[in-house]
Amino acid sequence: MSESKRIFLIGLVSFVVGLGWFSDAASAASQRLVLTGSSTVAPLVGEIARQFESLNPGVRIDVQTGGSSRGINDARNGIADIGMVSRALKTNEKDLLAFTIALDGISVILHANNPVVALSKQQIADIYTGKITNWKTIGGPDARITVVNKAEGRSTLELFLQYFQLRNSQIKPHIIIGDNPQGIKTVIGNPHAIGYVSIGAAEYEAERGAPIRLLALDGIDASVANVHSGAFPLSRPLNLVSTHDPQELTRRFIMFARSQQVHALVEAQYFVPLGVD
Amino acid sequence: MPWSRRNILFHSVLTDTLVRWILRAGAVISALVMLLILIFLLIESWPVLGQITPTRFFTDASWHPLEGAYNLMPMLSGTLLASVGALLLAIPLGIASALFIIFYAPAFFVLPYQRLIELLAGIPSVVFGFWGLTTLVPLINQFHPPGASLLAAIFVLTLMILPTITLTTHSALKAVPDEFLHGAAALGLSRWGMIYGVVFPAAHAGIVAGIILAAGRAIGETMAVLMVAGNVVQHPQGLFDPIRTLAANIALEMAYAMDDHRAVLFVSGLLLMILVMMLSAMAGKIGKHKYV
Repeated sequence: MSESKRIFLIGLVSFVVGLGWFSDAASAASQRLVLTGSSTVAPLVGEIARQFESLNPGVRIDVQTGGSSRGINDARNGIADIGMVSRALKTNEKDLLAFTIALDGISVILHANNPVVALSKQQIADIYTGKITNWKTIGGPDARITVVNKAEGRSTLELFLQYFQLRNSQIKPHIIIGDNPQGIKTVIGNPHAIGYVSIGAAEYEAERGAPIRLLALDGIDASVANVHSGAFPLSRPLNLVSTHDPQELTRRFIMFARSQQVHALVEAQYFVPLGVD
Repeated sequence: MPWSRRNILFHSVLTDTLVRWILRAGAVISALVMLLILIFLLIESWPVLGQITPTRFFTDASWHPLEGAYNLMPMLSGTLLASVGALLLAIPLGIASALFIIFYAPAFFVLPYQRLIELLAGIPSVVFGFWGLTTLVPLINQFHPPGASLLAAIFVLTLMILPTITLTTHSALKAVPDEFLHGAAALGLSRWGMIYGVVFPAAHAGIVAGIILAAGRAIGETMAVLMVAGNVVQHPQGLFDPIRTLAANIALEMAYAMDDHRAVLFVSGLLLMILVMMLSAMAGKIGKHKYV
C-alpha cells in the first residue's frame, strides 16, 4: 500500500536524481527544494510537491521525514529550505516563520444508538486506561465498553495521547485500527464501541448517514467548522516553517501550498483546509 | 513427426546453447530474487538487530516500539493460532468437497460446483475482510464483545483457504491413475474402501502440498485479517480475544514508522519469512514420502 508507494517513490526519486545528474552535466541546473520534518505533514506535502513539480517543470522537491523537531532544526540550520511542523511554534522558535497549510483535528466517535451524548476529558481518559469498563458507570446501557485505539506511529494517536496526557502503554484497547475508514466501520458495527478518528473523515461519513455520533469536547461540537475557527481543543495546525524572508522558489512553494488549488489534496488526507486566501 | 525431423536436419548447437544459457539465467535470477529479499530484510532490520540482543524479542514486557519494548511473541502466537485454527476447519471441509466432486456428485452438478469453488478462490481477500468487518464481527459481538477476535480471523481465513485446499486436493485426486481405481473396483472394494485404501495413499503427497500452500497463504494473509482480528498485541486467552498477526503488524504500522520502529517491523517481516521457509522445508520432507 503506502509503503510500496514509498518504495516506488524512492525508486522514482533515484531515477529522477540520476536523470537530473545527466541533465545537470548537459545543460542548466534544475531548481531544487528540500523539505524535512513531521511525518504527519510529509504525506500531504509529498502530494502537494508532486502537483507543484508537474506545474513547474525543472523543479525538484525532496520531502524527508524525521519529526517536527528535525523540521525546526533543519530550517534553522539551512539544511532544509522548509521545515514541516505539526504544531504551533513555541515561544523560543519565534526566529522562524510559520505558514499553516492545513488543520488536523480528531473527534471521539460513538455509535448513534449509544445514549451517551457527552463525556468529560477525565471520563474519556478513564475509559481508555481501563478504569471505566461499562457504559452503565457513565449513564449508558449495561454493556462492556469496546475501546478502539489507533496503531502505533499514527499522527491521530500521537495527538490523542498528547491531549489526554497518556502514554500508549497505559491504554487498554480491545481493537486496534489502522486508517480512519476502518475505525468508523468498526464503530458502526459495534454499538458499544468508542473510537477516535480524523474529524474530516468522521464528519464526511456522518453526513452520508453513517450511524456514528461525533462527541462534543469541553462543550464544543466536533466539527470541521470548529477546527477551522480554532475553537475545538483536540486539534493542531500543520505548518511549513522557514527562516525570515523566504527565497524565490521557497516562497512560491509556500504560496502554492496555502492556495485553494491544494484543497482537494488536503481533504483527501482528512485534514481541514484553510479558508480561501 | 515434424519436430523430430526438423531437429535432425537442423543441427542447432547454437540454439541449444542459447536456450541453455537463457534458462540458466532465469534460474539464477529467481534464486537471486529470493536471496536479495532475505538480504534486504536483514539490512533493513540491522539498525535494531545490531543494537539489541535478540532475546529481547522474546522477553520484553510488551510491543510498544515507540517506548522501546519489542516483544514479538504475542504476534507469533497470534499468527500460528489463526492459521492452525483455519487449517483445522478448512482441511476436512476442503477434502470432503473434493471427494464429493470426484466420487459422489451427480454429473450435472459437478461443473457448476467446481466453477463456484474456483470463483471463491478468485475473490480478493479484501472483500472477505469487508464482509468480516461489517457482518461477521458484529455478529460475534452479540455473543461476546468485542467481536473482532481470533475466532473472526479463523473464520475469514477458513473461507480464503478452503477453495485452495479443495482445488489442489481435487487435482491430486484426479491425478490418481485410472488403473488403480479399476483394480480396486475389480477387487470388489466399496467406494469408501477404495477412497481410503487406494486413492488417499496415492494422492497423499499432492494433498499435503496443497495444505501447505494453503497454510502459507493463511500465515501471510494481511488485509482481511487486519480488518477482523482486533489487532491487540497479546497472547489470546480464548477464541473471543483479539489478536494481531505478524503480517497485520507490518501493514498497520509501516506507513508511519521511522528509525528503530521501522527496523523492528522489518524484523517481524524476517520472522514471517523464517516461518514460511520452515513450512516449505516441511513440505519438501513430506513430499519425499510418496505412497506411504
